[in-house]
Amino acid sequence: MSLSLLWLVPTLPLIGAIVNGFGAGRLPRKVVSAIGTGSVGLAFAIAIGCFAQMLSMPAEERLFVQQLFAWIDSGDLSVPVRLALDPLSAVMMLVVTGVGFLIHVYSTGYMSHEKSYGRYFAYLNLFTFAMLMLVLADNFLLMFFGWEGVGLCSYLLIGFWYQKPSAAEAGKKAFVVNRIGDWGFLIGIFLIFVTFGSLDFGRVFSEAPGRLVLGSALATAIGIFLFIGAMGKSAQIPLHVWLPDAMEGPTPVSALIHAATMVTAGVYMIARCHILYALAPTALLVVAIVGAVTALFAATIGLVQKDIKRVLAYSTVSQLGYMFLAMGVGAYTAGIFHLMTHAFFKALLFLGAGSVIHALSGEQDMDRMGGLKPHLPRTHLTMLVATLAIAGVFPLAGFFSKDEILWSAFSSTTGIGKLLWAAGLVGAFLTAFYMFRLYFMTFHGASRVTPEAKHHLHESPGSMTNPLLLLAVLSAIGGFVQVPLLAGGQRLGAWLEPVFADAARLQGHGTGAHAAHNPGLEVALMAISLAVALAGIFVAHRFYVADPEAPKRLADRVTSFYRTLFNKYWIDEIYDARIVQPIRRGSERLWHGFDAAVIDGAVNGVARQIERGSAFLRLAQTGYVQVYALILTLGLVVVFGYLALR
Amino acid sequence: MAPTVPLVWYQILAAVLFTIGVVGVLVRRSALVIFMSIELMLNAVNLSFVAFSRQHASMDGHIFVFFVMAVAAAEVAIGLAIIVAIFRNRETASVDDVHLLKG
Repeated sequence: MSLSLLWLVPTLPLIGAIVNGFGAGRLPRKVVSAIGTGSVGLAFAIAIGCFAQMLSMPAEERLFVQQLFAWIDSGDLSVPVRLALDPLSAVMMLVVTGVGFLIHVYSTGYMSHEKSYGRYFAYLNLFTFAMLMLVLADNFLLMFFGWEGVGLCSYLLIGFWYQKPSAAEAGKKAFVVNRIGDWGFLIGIFLIFVTFGSLDFGRVFSEAPGRLVLGSALATAIGIFLFIGAMGKSAQIPLHVWLPDAMEGPTPVSALIHAATMVTAGVYMIARCHILYALAPTALLVVAIVGAVTALFAATIGLVQKDIKRVLAYSTVSQLGYMFLAMGVGAYTAGIFHLMTHAFFKALLFLGAGSVIHALSGEQDMDRMGGLKPHLPRTHLTMLVATLAIAGVFPLAGFFSKDEILWSAFSSTTGIGKLLWAAGLVGAFLTAFYMFRLYFMTFHGASRVTPEAKHHLHESPGSMTNPLLLLAVLSAIGGFVQVPLLAGGQRLGAWLEPVFADAARLQGHGTGAHAAHNPGLEVALMAISLAVALAGIFVAHRFYVADPEAPKRLADRVTSFYRTLFNKYWIDEIYDARIVQPIRRGSERLWHGFDAAVIDGAVNGVARQIERGSAFLRLAQTGYVQVYALILTLGLVVVFGYLALR
Repeated sequence: MAPTVPLVWYQILAAVLFTIGVVGVLVRRSALVIFMSIELMLNAVNLSFVAFSRQHASMDGHIFVFFVMAVAAAEVAIGLAIIVAIFRNRETASVDDVHLLKG
């Protein structure tokens, strides 16, 4: 297949979105499903074709640029709509279309009872289009277009059940918090344009080493502002608050947008701009610290949440933290690797959770689950694979990717590498614990299911379980694309090598941190992280299977700490009291004091004066034709009189 | 040569007729009478045209008169139709009762 079909990859979902959007409510469900899943499936097929084509090319030539049309051409600013396929965007494209396709298929089962079926698929297709534009963009502005597009679709899909006030609120919250991030991203783009006079990736990145001084304030500012954008989109502290609330959306949406693809856009953006970050070590350090803190912090909240989707949401925040940690220590391949494996197992976890929720007629509280293993055999099996994968148990995908991040942190030259490694390790323990807490509370122990839900309890249809099985296979074997220590095992690293090689050169060490390392140490660290994961699983087993009363006893002993965790460190409350309410009060004062009094007063005052003046003029309009005729005649007499007497 | 009526007499007659027409339009309330007054003004002008035409021994004035008469005929047809329509709707032909344009 020829690479020139690349433009079809984003266009097909766009066509699907348009057809389903305008046909919403008119097209039969079967047609909607066929268009919705078919367009993404076809895009996935073309993406695979492009990938295969690229694979057959020599490594240095793996860059394909397709100009579609000129978008903005104004003075110095020239922004074409141009797609670029390189190894990095190819990986993202495959993840987006592949995982996206499976989730579309799953949605046909999960949303089968839904009234606005067409609207749902129109949004989902539109999201796929925007996400593909984001990853395939060839310049910052087009990337920003995709960035805003996925934000819009995220808002629409979180608030999909807009009749529910909490869902509408959550959608708004996601939108507003993302605006804060987008502000940073935009400032970053402006700085880049001012500095380089261009927004083209190719030009900016090739000129960056010449124009930006290593470690200069400008380079750091660009890095930090871009990272603020990434923090918003990828839910990093302190802009993480929207992601847990985003769970109000349908579960497949949580899987696609808020786990597998959109939230990783920030990671992708930093990987894409790695040259700029290579020139700004301070910004990179900030990225690493924010990532590590988020990984640890979100994991602690995940320990005590009761809502199955919220546990997964905090887990996502935490795993995204790992990816940023990897970016921050310059281990871009490890970050993208974790992004990919995380897309597999976290999408699987969400879809599995969706299957559980579907089976229990909408129940999300884990206190009303338990003992579901015999009822949901396929869901149980696939969830177990995903849970083992995220916990980092050998040889599942999560083990390899998380371990590579931890190793990169440990061996990094940043100075606080060991500290970051320790934070990651504690996070790994917490991850294993809360994920197995979720698993045990859902599938094992005594059943706490309500009689009502028990009555309808059923395994999900094939359209839902088949994507689960496929994702389970990917979660199990996905790690083997990047096997450490083995010669020729780092296939993903070799694939991404042409993209990241320049950053490694700039930073002064070889391909990542792996050039001069000690295999014995790496194996030892691997053993440590595996032991930590197993310890987490063991503790979870003790707490939730062997002695189900233990968590309650512990919670009673450290009440205040438990309550702080359960209430997510009161961050929502703090934001509300310190930021939201003051802004609200200030706005209300402006509204009454300035808008209503000054602006409305001026506008209404002018109108009132005109009205008063016209009331006087209106007296001339008597409505009697003969008066008008008389005035006309008198006018003529005056004119002729003047002419005659002159 | 027979004694002819001087031009100025025609002019005076035309002016008198025209003034009667103007006053009629301004003071009478019946739409029909106003209409007749307008015809009076037109005919005063016609008279003036014909007189001048005779004076200058040219046909131009006569041609103008024919145009004026043709247009006046069309105008009467439309104007009377309007008056009939108003009368049917409002049972009056007094212009004072038709003042919807009053501001």
